[in-house]
Amino acid sequence: MDTISGLLLAFLSVMLIDNLVLTKFLGICPFLGVSGRLDMAFGMGLAVTFVMVLSGTLTWAIDNFVLQPYGLDVLRYIIFILVIAGAVQLVEMYVRKFFPSLYESFGIFLPLITTNCAILGLCLFIFLWGVDSLAEAAVRSFGGGMGFTLAICMMAGIRERLDMADVPECLKGAPITLIIAGIMAMAFIGFAGMGA
Amino acid sequence: MADNTKGLALYRNQFSSGLWGENPVLRLLLGMCPVLAVTVAFFPSLTMGYSVIFVLFCSNIVVSLMRNLVKPHIRILMFAITIATFVTIVDLFLKAFQPDMSETLGPYIPLIIVNCIVMCRAEACASKNTLSVAIVDALGVGVGFTVVLVILGGIRELFAEGAVAGVQILPLAEHGGWFEPWAAMRMPVGAFVTLGLMLAGFNLINRKLAK
Repeated sequence: MDTISGLLLAFLSVMLIDNLVLTKFLGICPFLGVSGRLDMAFGMGLAVTFVMVLSGTLTWAIDNFVLQPYGLDVLRYIIFILVIAGAVQLVEMYVRKFFPSLYESFGIFLPLITTNCAILGLCLFIFLWGVDSLAEAAVRSFGGGMGFTLAICMMAGIRERLDMADVPECLKGAPITLIIAGIMAMAFIGFAGMGA
Repeated sequence: MADNTKGLALYRNQFSSGLWGENPVLRLLLGMCPVLAVTVAFFPSLTMGYSVIFVLFCSNIVVSLMRNLVKPHIRILMFAITIATFVTIVDLFLKAFQPDMSETLGPYIPLIIVNCIVMCRAEACASKNTLSVAIVDALGVGVGFTVVLVILGGIRELFAEGAVAGVQILPLAEHGGWFEPWAAMRMPVGAFVTLGLMLAGFNLINRKLAK
């Protein structure tokens, strides 16, 4: 799977066919919470992608070079969550130091990424898929992040227009967002044939 | 005596607020990932529900006991490690005693670690209250979560298979009945739309009650 076309296929399949939000239901909390405005959604998507690539690659390396050779599988979940928390902390410190304006606009989102299930979910899926090279792990993490960004930006675009629409009182907010997500998920089923 | 009844009422309030007024899924919109992902049928939902009750219960106890020992700035990390430990226990338990169910639920059991409900209760309740309040709170929120999961799982199974908990309710067309199974209910679409409608129904009832 280490050829360019193999990597490209892996990227597309994680981004579209196995879209984390719409087929695996991961990262639903920010998907509902931060999808009100397009620019915020895009920022959140980029931050998540960055942390995802970092932690997806790191956890793959730790899993393959440390945990499995020494039979420490029991510690997998604890190590994964520590790596993610550490990666988020690192990104936060780096962004605050070198890009203060970006840090301002991210605000509360950065620390919240630790508990974004899309990240831990992706690390676990990389383990479950049996990814066998560091490059593939990195590419799949990037694809996962891009898929998240795509889904949250599409939702933000729809919700910005939804503000003008006349939604029944009891459907306002989360219910209508979930129903829209359902329709989007239906559209994403169309990609399922691409893998073969 | 009077103190005792007041204490009981306090516990009852704590329990019932987790069940309805502050229901984690319907009101606070927390822990949506497992709600949507595992509710394909009744039994996976139930397993997920009691796994979360166990993790909530144990982590609330530990967090409440160590609340005076932990420095504020590392508390989130300590909570995460506590939760991850109990989730590992649940995961190994299911692998050993319910291998089929463990297969079905897949990565969604380890994902309880980042389930916002568990973290939210540790931060908002267990780290500020005594042991007994933390335990009652864990049970209330856990049961509230499980009830929603099981109802959603039941509805989806009913329309996808014509059965609830494996018991055939609607006669299937292929066996001479009239019910054509809705394949969409088994797919992500069914999860999103059913939960959306459930939330709408919950809002509607709450507004009627408020009047």
